[in-house]
Amino acid sequence: MAGLERLLQFVVSEVFLFYVFSLVAVASALGVVLQRNPIRSAFSLIVTLCSLSAIYGLLGSPFIAALQVIVYAGAIMVLFLFVLMLLNVRREEPSGGRATRSAAILLALVLAGQLGVALTGAGVTPAAGFDASTASFARVLFGVRFLYVFEATSILIVAALVGAVLVAKKEL
Amino acid sequence: MTIPLQHALYLSALLFCIGVVGVFLRRNVITVFMCIELMLNAVNLAFVAFSRALGSLDGQVLVFFVMTVAAAEAAVGLAIVIALHRHKDSLDLDAFNIMKW
Amino acid sequence: MRSVFDVIAQQPALVLPWIILLLPLLGFVVLCLFGDAIKRDEEDDGAGILATTVVLVSFGLAVWVFASLLAQSPANREGLRFVQPYLGFEWIEVGSFAISMSLLVDPLSALMMLVVTGVGGLIHIYSLGYMAHDEDRVRYFSYLNLFTFFMLLLILGGNLPLLFIGWEGVGLCSYLLIGFWFKKKSASDAGKKAFIVNRIGDAGLILGMALAWNAFGTLDTFELAEHAQNLAYEPIAQAGVVTAFCLLLFLGACGKSAQLPLHVWLPDAMEGPTPVSALIHAATMVTAGVYLVARMAPMFRLSEGALLAVAWVGAITALMAATIALVQTDIKRVLAYSTVSQLGYMFLACGIGAFGVGVFHVFTHAFFKALLFLGSGSVIHAMSGEQDMRKMGGLRAKIPVTFWTFVVGTATIAGIPYLAGYFSKDEILLNAVVRERMPLFWIGLFTAVLTAFYMSRLLFMTFFGTFRGGHDAEHHVHESPWTMLGPLVVLAGACFYVGTLPVDSFLGAAVRSPDQHHLEAPDWFTPTVWAAAFAGILGAFFMYVVYSGLPARIYAALRPLARVLEDKYGFDLAYDAFASKVVVDGSAGVLWKQVDASLIDGTVNGAGRFVDGVSRAARTLQTGVVRAYALVILGGAVALLGYLLWMR
Repeated sequence: MAGLERLLQFVVSEVFLFYVFSLVAVASALGVVLQRNPIRSAFSLIVTLCSLSAIYGLLGSPFIAALQVIVYAGAIMVLFLFVLMLLNVRREEPSGGRATRSAAILLALVLAGQLGVALTGAGVTPAAGFDASTASFARVLFGVRFLYVFEATSILIVAALVGAVLVAKKEL
Repeated sequence: MTIPLQHALYLSALLFCIGVVGVFLRRNVITVFMCIELMLNAVNLAFVAFSRALGSLDGQVLVFFVMTVAAAEAAVGLAIVIALHRHKDSLDLDAFNIMKW
Repeated sequence: MRSVFDVIAQQPALVLPWIILLLPLLGFVVLCLFGDAIKRDEEDDGAGILATTVVLVSFGLAVWVFASLLAQSPANREGLRFVQPYLGFEWIEVGSFAISMSLLVDPLSALMMLVVTGVGGLIHIYSLGYMAHDEDRVRYFSYLNLFTFFMLLLILGGNLPLLFIGWEGVGLCSYLLIGFWFKKKSASDAGKKAFIVNRIGDAGLILGMALAWNAFGTLDTFELAEHAQNLAYEPIAQAGVVTAFCLLLFLGACGKSAQLPLHVWLPDAMEGPTPVSALIHAATMVTAGVYLVARMAPMFRLSEGALLAVAWVGAITALMAATIALVQTDIKRVLAYSTVSQLGYMFLACGIGAFGVGVFHVFTHAFFKALLFLGSGSVIHAMSGEQDMRKMGGLRAKIPVTFWTFVVGTATIAGIPYLAGYFSKDEILLNAVVRERMPLFWIGLFTAVLTAFYMSRLLFMTFFGTFRGGHDAEHHVHESPWTMLGPLVVLAGACFYVGTLPVDSFLGAAVRSPDQHHLEAPDWFTPTVWAAAFAGILGAFFMYVVYSGLPARIYAALRPLARVLEDKYGFDLAYDAFASKVVVDGSAGVLWKQVDASLIDGTVNGAGRFVDGVSRAARTLQTGVVRAYALVILGGAVALLGYLLWMR
């Protein structure tokens, strides 16, 4: 009875959900990379993003979680799908260059290993009293440290807007 | 039980490497772009995990900015893709090889 | 602050040497700037008259200075020393190294000053006549004045650097004047040869000066003499240095005074106008080497080795040049080799320690050699430019004044008793006997016989016998104008007089010689010397006047020997071979083709080619395929991460 209780406790704990969502994320990430149809890749990416959003929530950042869904999954991926459909992209062949492929995979594996080694010592106990509410987030964002950066990003977005329109225009 | 920082970081690294592989494996420009977005997200995850571990909101603010920049970048990047497609009627990354001497 | 005028008022004599020195320079400058204006038309000779006047004024002042020097008591004849003259400045002053603008007027320099301005003045007068029809005579006279200035600076300079300026300056003027008719290739070549050979000697002089500064701490000639005097009383710790110094200076003297092996330029220097040959290459410039040695006599006396070298080089040069003179057919070449030979006598004298006698010979030689050269110039003038003695003959009736003055000159050099040459040359031989340098004496005696012989040969071939030059030339033979004959007569008169002057004792203190006592000649000496002179003359008389076919037969019999003499013992050939094979071919073959073209150019071009090759290879990295670029970025990131991990 105690064991079942503990199991149930475990099931609804953060850690368990974390593992579940991380599994989903990895699976769909692989889907992004391995699937033939770009539209399917895009959808897989959306799944990844949403599961990441869930993980953010589990890690105690509700604001970022919401932002992830709204901005990334909701806006950016929609944009991607839009363009995909606009350009009428079909099923694609595997990329050429066998040497490049093998080298890339090899290097990626090496990178993974290195990162694993590098991260092994990163044991930091989380601080207590971690307040990640939107209000405190806003206080930091509009605080003295990041205010200018925030305003700068708005300029960046305007620039990107203008740039995108100009680049994609048929005739200037 | 709290989520161990290490595990979150491992996940981040794994997603990153998958993104790297994807960049080299895919032929379509837009798909490559999507793999880059995947890499960005992996980094975001690392930031959030560290923010949680260190008890500071700075990490999350950075994630905010990363997202903003990613959005801008996606917009412009896709505009470029459209322009390229108009020019060459192909979305094969290997077809664009004029960035040389 | 004393002004110039104050000084002149107090001691007028002090400024005189400067005036003597600078007047010819002023003449040069005026002629350079206004020479063509002074020469109003083709026939006018204002330029020449200006130049001559300048030199004659300098001569007058020189006589004044000389007289005031004589008036002083013998003890003070060491000299009027001029330090910090009214100009009041040092020429160079760098730290502890200072060279002042000072002159030294002592018996030696006063004597030479008289010779330069006096004989120079006579030659200027002669040039008025000789160069009267030359269209470049303004340039000629300006060079002559410049030469006079430099020669005076050489003589009067109170320290070695000033002497050196004069030294180089006379070398320059020699080059300019030898190559005066520069449009003729042989003349410009001769000028170059003179300058280059001189330069080789100058290297020795420069090194000597550096050594003097380093070892003795002074370059002032007076102080060097003092220093040498002091060294004489100490154990000779610096014997090697003194010898080195003397030998280096002697090397310079060899170059300037045409001693072995740097004698090759003097015969070629005859390409210049004859008055130039008389002035520069007989009376004054070539004696600068002897002057230098005499000036540094105190130093030379300390070094046995240097003295030995000087004496033997002088003796061998004297003998060798005399033998070459036997087969010369150009009248000026004979005189050139004769000059080399007589210079050898002067060095011989210095080398055996009789510096005063050596300078005495310089003094007399200036007169009789100038006379001989000017006389030959008169002959050449009469022959309308012909210099080959084989085309002359029987001229004594046609140009009597020239003939008789030439006789005087020849007799003097041959050593006929009671003429100037007898006194100076035989004094040298007497010193050789008394100081027990018998090998040198025999060489000197034999050379004296040869000298008498070849000079008489010259006289007989030119003035006696029948004219061999062809009919047209015979008609043109005429006596020279009085501007040319006047100096000849004056010089001839001098030949009788100057031999009797007590130059040696006058110079005594200047060359720091111990008390001169009249040397006792052994009984056999005087007859031997008289016999030598007459033997030479009679021999020539027989061969060229009486049995005129004899020379040709002897020549045919001794063909190989004659060849050697005609080739001047192969010196010119050797130098030429060295210059062309070693220097020119070496430069072309090795330095140019290999070092410059292959090595240096190769390196530079090779560097360029290397960069080109590397960049060509590097270019292939930029395939344009973005994926490849990304791969490289990934690889770099992996490497960096690996390195960081490894460092941890």
